Order: sequence, then C-alpha cells, then structure tokens
Amino acid sequence: MSVDQNTVRRIAKLARIAVREDELPALAGELNTILDWVEMLAEVDTQGVEPMTSAVAMTMKMRDDVVTSGNHQQDVTGNAPASEDGFYVVPRVVE
Amino acid sequence: MMSDLTKLTLAGARDALKAKEITSVELTGAYLKAMEAATELNAYVTVTADKALEMAKASDAKLAKGEGGTLEGIPLGIKDLFATKGVLTTACSHILDGFVPPYESTVTSNLWRDGAVMLGKLNNDEFAMGSSNETSFYGPVVNPWRRNGDTTKLVPGGSSGGSSSAVSARLCLAATATDTGGSIRQPAAFTGTVGIKPTYGRCSRWGVVAFASSLDQAGPITRDVRDAAIMLGSMAGYDEKDSTSVNQPVPDYEAALGKGIKGLRVGIPKEYRVDGMNAEIDALWTRGIEWLKAAGAEIVDVSLPNTKYALPTYYIVAPAEASSNLARYDGVRYGLRVEGKDITDMYEKTRAAGFGAEVRRRVLIGTYVLSAGYYDAYYLKAQQVRTLIARDFADAYRSCDVLLTPTAPSAAFGIGEKTSDPLSMYLNDVFTVTVNLAGLPGISVPAGLSSEGLPLGLQLIGKTFDEETLLRAAFALEQAAEFTAEPKTWWTA
Repeated sequence: MSVDQNTVRRIAKLARIAVREDELPALAGELNTILDWVEMLAEVDTQGVEPMTSAVAMTMKMRDDVVTSGNHQQDVTGNAPASEDGFYVVPRVVE
Repeated sequence: MMSDLTKLTLAGARDALKAKEITSVELTGAYLKAMEAATELNAYVTVTADKALEMAKASDAKLAKGEGGTLEGIPLGIKDLFATKGVLTTACSHILDGFVPPYESTVTSNLWRDGAVMLGKLNNDEFAMGSSNETSFYGPVVNPWRRNGDTTKLVPGGSSGGSSSAVSARLCLAATATDTGGSIRQPAAFTGTVGIKPTYGRCSRWGVVAFASSLDQAGPITRDVRDAAIMLGSMAGYDEKDSTSVNQPVPDYEAALGKGIKGLRVGIPKEYRVDGMNAEIDALWTRGIEWLKAAGAEIVDVSLPNTKYALPTYYIVAPAEASSNLARYDGVRYGLRVEGKDITDMYEKTRAAGFGAEVRRRVLIGTYVLSAGYYDAYYLKAQQVRTLIARDFADAYRSCDVLLTPTAPSAAFGIGEKTSDPLSMYLNDVFTVTVNLAGLPGISVPAGLSSEGLPLGLQLIGKTFDEETLLRAAFALEQAAEFTAEPKTWWTA
C-alpha cells in the first residue's frame, strides 16, 4: 500500500493540519518510506492472535460516577488564547 | 568549595544534608551557578531560580529540625513534559506556547512531597518524539561528551536529552524523564548516566504530556544505580487519577542493592546480535556477560524471535496513539492560535504552524493507519504482533530472571548527522523499544568508553513489577564496570 499526493492531502485534512501543495510530493515520499518499512509485519502469522490492548495484565477499574472536582472555570479557561466570561471564544460556527 | 558540591551523588548529598554538613541553599546555589555557566548545552528551557531557592530554604528549615522526606533539599531538573503548577510547560512544542498549568503532575507532586527542589524545566524532543533531542522547538541539546581530540557537537540522545545532558554535566543531581520507545535509556547510554524505565503502570502518567499512552512511562536519569533506586522510590506509586496506574506497594528499592547476584539467571537474547552490529558494542556486551558471570550469575541463552518486528510495530502503534492524543491541540483551549477564515481553517493553520516536521510526520502516519479501511491492516495487525512480542518475553522468563543487551546500537552521533533520514534515526531504539511494547522495566548502565572516548551503555530488562531484581542486577553490573569517566568541562564560559 502506498500513498499518493491525493491521499496525503486527504490525511492532512483528517488530521486538521494545513499542508501546502508544494510540500505534498516530499511528504508522500517520507510517508511511503515509513509505510514500506512497516509492511514487513505482513509476513508475521497472526492468525488467531489476540491484539494487545493493555501493556500490563490488569482489569480496568470502574469508579463511582460522581463529581470529584469542580468549580475551576477560571483555571480551565486561564490558558485559552481567547476567552470571555469563563467561556472559550472561537470563530463563528453557526451562521 | 561551592563547586565541589555538584560532585556529590544524590545519595551522598542526601546524607550530607541529613548530617548538616551542607545546606540545601548552598547545594541549590551551586547548581544554579553551574546552570548559568552551561547555557551552551541548552539543557534547560526554563530556569526557576527563585522557586528553587525558596524550596531549598524550606528544606533547610526542616532539615535543621531533623525532619524532612527522602529527597529533602535535593535539587532536581524536570523534563518539560511534566506539568508543573504555575511554571511554563511546553513539551518543547511551539503549539504549547505560554502554557502554564494550573495543576501539578503526580510524579512531580510525589517528588515535592518528599522534599525535592526544582531547578527548572529540561529540554526534550518535541512531544518526546525523537532520539536525539533535535526536534525541540527550543533547539538541540548538546552532549557534554565529545570525541577525543574533536570539538564536534554531539547529541545527548532523546527524547530526554535535556535530562541526560544536565545529569551528565552536573547541572542537577538527578532528573525526571519519560520513555516511550527508549527515551530514558538511550540518552542515559549516550551520556554515561543511569536511566530506568519502570514497568508500565508503576509511575502515574497523570499530568505528563501524552505521546503514546499505552507505551509512555516516567522514570529518572541519575548519576548511578543507587540514585536511580532512590528517585524511583519517590516517583512511583498508585494514583487513582491514572486508570492504568497499578495499585501495588512501592518497595524500598535502595534496600535491594548490594544483595549480590549469586545464582541470578541472566538471559542473553540471540536476536539482539543484529546484522552489521557495531563491533565495539558487541565487545562491550560480551564483557558485560563475563562481568555478571564472575559476580555469580548464571548465563542462559534465550530467544526472542519477534524482535525484528518490534520497531515497525512501534511505528504503527506510537503514531496512531499520538495522532489521537495530539488532537487536543486545536488553538482553542491553550497554547498557540493562528486565526483563520473559519474554525476549521483556524485548526489547520494553528496545527501547521505549531507542530514541527517530525511531529507532523507522525500525526499523519497515525491518522493514515487509523483511517477507514486501513485500521485492520495496520493498527490491529500491529497490536497482534505486540502480543507475540510480549509472549516472547514471557517465554524467555521461564528460564531467566533478567535479560542483558546493549542499550543503543552506537555511541552518541553528531548534531545534524541523522536528521535527514527518519528511518536511520528510528533505528536508535532497536534494543529498547521491545521493552515498551511488552510493558517491562529496563535500565541502562554506563559500562565503558568507545575507542573515540564516548560512553556506551548496557541494558538490563526485568520482569513485570520486579524493579528490585533489575536494580540489584544493575548495581552488580555497575560495580563490575567501574565506570568513572567524566566529560571534560569545555562548556563553561
């Protein structure tokens, strides 16, 4: 599987990273080098092998569904590039 | 003399502080002075001198009364990946410009609870993505070590390059670091320091800027194995704020040292003898085997047949998790914002300006392997191979207690030597990355010098949550290696 410039444009869109048209060829080359290399995994027989979903054998704990912390609106929005009255400010999304 | 204070190990400084032979203010002052004279190494991205002296004074007050924790008055450097309350935390990425966390990471909270003093924040590869500390937005870190008769600037390894450089150049007594594919152990090997990556779940990841959540683990970089045991004892522990943190008591790691390794079974994985292996690294490995044998260990040949698939597996799993974790950097909640014509345009411009080339590459790879139609072929396949890699270790541990391998395939290389070829950079982690995939603990111990006079490390790998045996073996290896070389102080003005 190898990626062409259209695919890179599509991935960049999915990743929400603006990529200039003139960067596409080099990026496609870099990504293909890496993807060609990881392709070697195809030779491993993984028939019936469970995918590893936890680095250490453990059961995920459940906690009570209760509020344990809160009332930190100033802290939460304190680092925002733009905020007003304790809310984040973003460009208009609803016309 | 003030400058001699930086020669102490952490254990030595701790004992001198408790015995009131020195004060934390004197010790902290000596480090701040050394840091000021070492700006050429670019190890620190933020210096918190006032805070350090304030913390040192508070420690001295406790020590004077015969009180204080296990790290009371000990000045440390903190990798910029750890959120520190009220102190700029950027993960060395442009996209986190100006981010001042209103909270403290659990690991650093534990260190302050035990009395440690913060000197500042240490440089690292952007979001810990790199093996040479060259991807940092704040520029590369320089290794205090240089080749014999050569002034070429070398990398300190990565991603914890600020940590390794600072510990090696005596700009802190010890440092926090993180390891996703080798980011504690490889920089330790490149700088003649000790670096331990504990078992996944041993240290809380809460408040550590996330790279690949199923692989990330915090640990210390220190001058020697005893210091590593002391630091880990403070950093480790259960934390209900990290759902993958494991609720097991933290043993007294320092007490495990010096018990000897008579009868310890040390496995030598044959697959680590890779094609075209550096002859010096190979010879060092053989010496390490002889040392452990002479110390009473039993050497066992073992096989980890899926070793060669570890790096490609990592370069699917890690970017996939990174692309998901880094989705949060959107120009809305913190850090950089580049205005756009609408919200999507703002996201895209912010992320284009905020991420460096390596981070962008990994986010794109991760997005691709997780995208519709490719998930099974890449991500699911990689997670299956990961199971096989973990199984290899479980099989090997039926006949041995620890494994001995080289830490890195070479000594430190020059700044700029590998930046144009991502794959050759990735190969730095060939001996370390398996350990992250299997969630195991691993430690790098300085074991010798290359013919060019650069430090080389050997890695020991332990069983899950058996850091005690790992540290005991590392201590024996350290004693046999008698590594006492130090970099020449060329960087002071």
